[in-house]
Amino acid sequence: MTWVGQRVARKEDLPLVTGTGTYVPDFNLPGTLEVAFVRSPLAHARILNIDTAEALSAEGVVAIYTGPDIRDQVHALVLDQEAAPPGLETAAPEIHPATIEILADAEVRHVGQAVAAVVADSRYHAEDAAELVRIDYDELRAALDPEQARLPGAPIVFDNVPNNVQARYRIRVGDADAALDGAEHRLAMKIRSQRVMAAPMETRGVLASTVGEETTVWSSTQIPWAVRNSIAGAIGVPQRQIRVQIPHMGGGFGQKVNVYPEEVLVTYISRVLHRPVRWVEDRVENMIASGHARDQLHNVEAAFDSEGHITAIRDRFVLDSGVACPYPLSSAYNVASHFRSMYRIANFSIDAECVLTHKMFNLPYRGAGRPEAAFVMDRVINAVAQELSLDPAEVIMRNLIADEEQPYRMGMPYRDGHEVVYDASGFPAAFERLLELIGYAEHRRTQAQLRAQGVHRGIGLGTYVEGTGVGPFESGQVHVDAQGHVVVYSGCAPHGQGLDTTMSQVVADAFGITPEEVVFRAGDTALLPYGVGTFASRSVVTAGAAIIESSNRLLKRIKAIAGEMLEMAPEDLEVGAGRVRVRGVPSRGVSFKEVYRAASPGPGARLPEGMDPGTSESFYWVPPTVTWGFGVVGAVVDVDPETGVVDVRKVVMLHDCGRVINPLIVEGQIEGGLVQGIGATLYEHVIYDESGQPRATTFLDYLLPTSAEVPEIVQEHLEGTPSERNPLGVKGVGESGPISPPAAIANAIIDALSPLKIQLNELPLSPATVVAAIERAGAEGPLHPTGVKIGFPASNQSGGFLR
Amino acid sequence: MKEVEVRLTVNGRERSARCEPRTTLADFLRGHLGLTGTHLGCEHGVCGACTVLLDGATARSCLMLAVQGQGHEVTTIEGLGTPENPHPLMRAFSEMHGLQCGFCTPGFILSAHEYLRENPRPDRQAMRKDLSGNICRCTGYVKIFAAVERAAELMAEPEAARS
Repeated sequence: MTWVGQRVARKEDLPLVTGTGTYVPDFNLPGTLEVAFVRSPLAHARILNIDTAEALSAEGVVAIYTGPDIRDQVHALVLDQEAAPPGLETAAPEIHPATIEILADAEVRHVGQAVAAVVADSRYHAEDAAELVRIDYDELRAALDPEQARLPGAPIVFDNVPNNVQARYRIRVGDADAALDGAEHRLAMKIRSQRVMAAPMETRGVLASTVGEETTVWSSTQIPWAVRNSIAGAIGVPQRQIRVQIPHMGGGFGQKVNVYPEEVLVTYISRVLHRPVRWVEDRVENMIASGHARDQLHNVEAAFDSEGHITAIRDRFVLDSGVACPYPLSSAYNVASHFRSMYRIANFSIDAECVLTHKMFNLPYRGAGRPEAAFVMDRVINAVAQELSLDPAEVIMRNLIADEEQPYRMGMPYRDGHEVVYDASGFPAAFERLLELIGYAEHRRTQAQLRAQGVHRGIGLGTYVEGTGVGPFESGQVHVDAQGHVVVYSGCAPHGQGLDTTMSQVVADAFGITPEEVVFRAGDTALLPYGVGTFASRSVVTAGAAIIESSNRLLKRIKAIAGEMLEMAPEDLEVGAGRVRVRGVPSRGVSFKEVYRAASPGPGARLPEGMDPGTSESFYWVPPTVTWGFGVVGAVVDVDPETGVVDVRKVVMLHDCGRVINPLIVEGQIEGGLVQGIGATLYEHVIYDESGQPRATTFLDYLLPTSAEVPEIVQEHLEGTPSERNPLGVKGVGESGPISPPAAIANAIIDALSPLKIQLNELPLSPATVVAAIERAGAEGPLHPTGVKIGFPASNQSGGFLR
Repeated sequence: MKEVEVRLTVNGRERSARCEPRTTLADFLRGHLGLTGTHLGCEHGVCGACTVLLDGATARSCLMLAVQGQGHEVTTIEGLGTPENPHPLMRAFSEMHGLQCGFCTPGFILSAHEYLRENPRPDRQAMRKDLSGNICRCTGYVKIFAAVERAAELMAEPEAARS
């Protein structure tokens, strides 16, 4: 039996469903001290004085740390993971490293920045004492609007970043300026993806315990190796004295793909006090002091002919970095490399700037630049259709890259420096299948009739491509242990993706055992010298390749050892059911346990001449470049034009993620991603007011989709383009769900109200936003009985809008 | 702060411990009784991760004080099933892939438990509303619905066998 391709229920579930999992807050190490942070209440201020005297004498308090206290012992984090690789010279990216202070030293730069850490015998006591820390501030003018912040005279966030422009790049493919100048038609739009946050159900948290010289750090992080290296660097200890391990972890979605000040400080305190020390973020902290995302304002122009062929795109956008954009190549550059999606657009020009402001920093969040790009691109396509009075589906179809044009070269580098060349095809067929599944033709026939009955139903469409499996590398190591188990180590950092099960399916096939018989361990820097982590739709591609290559090497090794034991040529042996057997004579063979014994160092070893002892092989997989998944998404919505309320009835998604290892898990990724996309489209918004105060600091203000908001979801895996860029033929899938909902839902609302020709170019599409768009479009139209003016062309006689 | 003695029945057993009167029921269960299957997602009563059953009805343990539980019967996820003997809802959540990171799962299972007691034959439309007090950020809920439906089947089986 082959395990790859099977809907295997997950190995990791039992502790999670029975409440016996161990997340960071669940550890119960004796003597653990708990930390509460005092955080800045202001967006920008000088710290005049910090008085900890009263707090220090409060019940249960062990220590209090401020910026000046640790100035000489703990260095700020300077995050420059994303220095541009060779190959990006044409894009000329300019990137200033992101500086993240552990505790504010002299100046606070956003509401929520940590200023002091109170360490006490319980979290209750730590919070009590935190309230007694007195801090005097001199409030300063804050930079809050990124477009203003880049102009002379604006408050400067960091002195080493001139004009607050932390990163910029430019891409030129063809000649967009000339194409726009000579265009038959052109349009210009201002399109905004709002600031959102990942909001994993488990907030961040870190527990550090020091034994002798070594500190074990359990952190809810997606990148344990980077966390280890950064902690070691910041506090000045050898990397191997810090072990970072992820226990069970309640989601990440990109928010935990950063090294945070709290991880450094908690480790430092544990080493100073020789006690276990823990900080568990509360939800309010998570909303103001864990990374936000998106927040891009695009000014886009398009040139097109009268048949709707888009001949040029020229975009200039600003990303609001907050106090840092640690990954500008993901958050911002991904926009350029995914912008043109599945479309043949010969002339393309984009200029991007990541601008610092006095807000929380901006991290990649599930999709990382792709949802923002797709929202602009598919709003443009829709606007072209609107302008030419063509059906949007027709305009999409006319611009899709044809199969005979594949592998299509986009004429620009990916962020890894390699040229973007799609390794997928079947775009038109996928799109036609979407129209069929969603009932597009039927919708066009019945829409007017429904409207006459007062039902304003629309279908909106979107497309996406996704570069997946980005490097720089990932690690794998496969062992046969003394009991004959197959044990897998990897540098990935699973936190809900089901990688234990997925990777075990792969290894089970390689060794002829069941997934249950594979022992999988990951997310622990003690396992392997190198590792990266889990983010960017990369683990099945990169860790999968490293694991299958290690498995193949180990199979070769154990066959050689068994050959020595059986006095057979390795080519005549096969592996199955935990044994190495003679091909055609299954009764003759040796167990993995016996192979282990023969491979162990010592006088009993029976190894082929020249072979080192051991039953372990490693592989570090470096991808040639990313592998491209793609998909098409349609949304069916009903809109109430009076209230602006949007009911998403159905979402249909077809996607290509190469070879599917576990369909159950892939479906779960798609469903979860789509619903996050719906949240970011309709409900979620991180709002800062004009003084830099965050206005959404609880789940009462930051609305996540609940089960009541979930539409019918239909999905189909597209068969046909297994990747040729990795040994498993897989493509990443984790981030694909949230990419297209913003565009598809906006376009669906526009379709539902098509006689009004409204524009929806700013997320989220709240009822107020929809009503405002109706009002804008209908400024000249008849007055609605409720007082809302709505536009209603005289040519449309159905009267549906005035039911 | 002065501590008080809190006595309550947890998962069928009499339990008592001393705590500050301001201790939330969630922190009491987790910290004082070591029942860490009850998770804290928001501590302001929205996400439902901390859901327990109080005298059989779902309650947000983050919004209650431990002293308010005095004399009452509390059921946590640990009381519903164990790794050796998982409740049908636990089996169904795994079978149908109704969880990913698992952080919301204990609370979700307890809410689903109450829902199924009142609706042994679940209806997906009604379920969408009735389970909307628990937030899951991973699954998009679709497979949670499927898991609850599957659990209803599993829970009906012994009765069918008896009749």
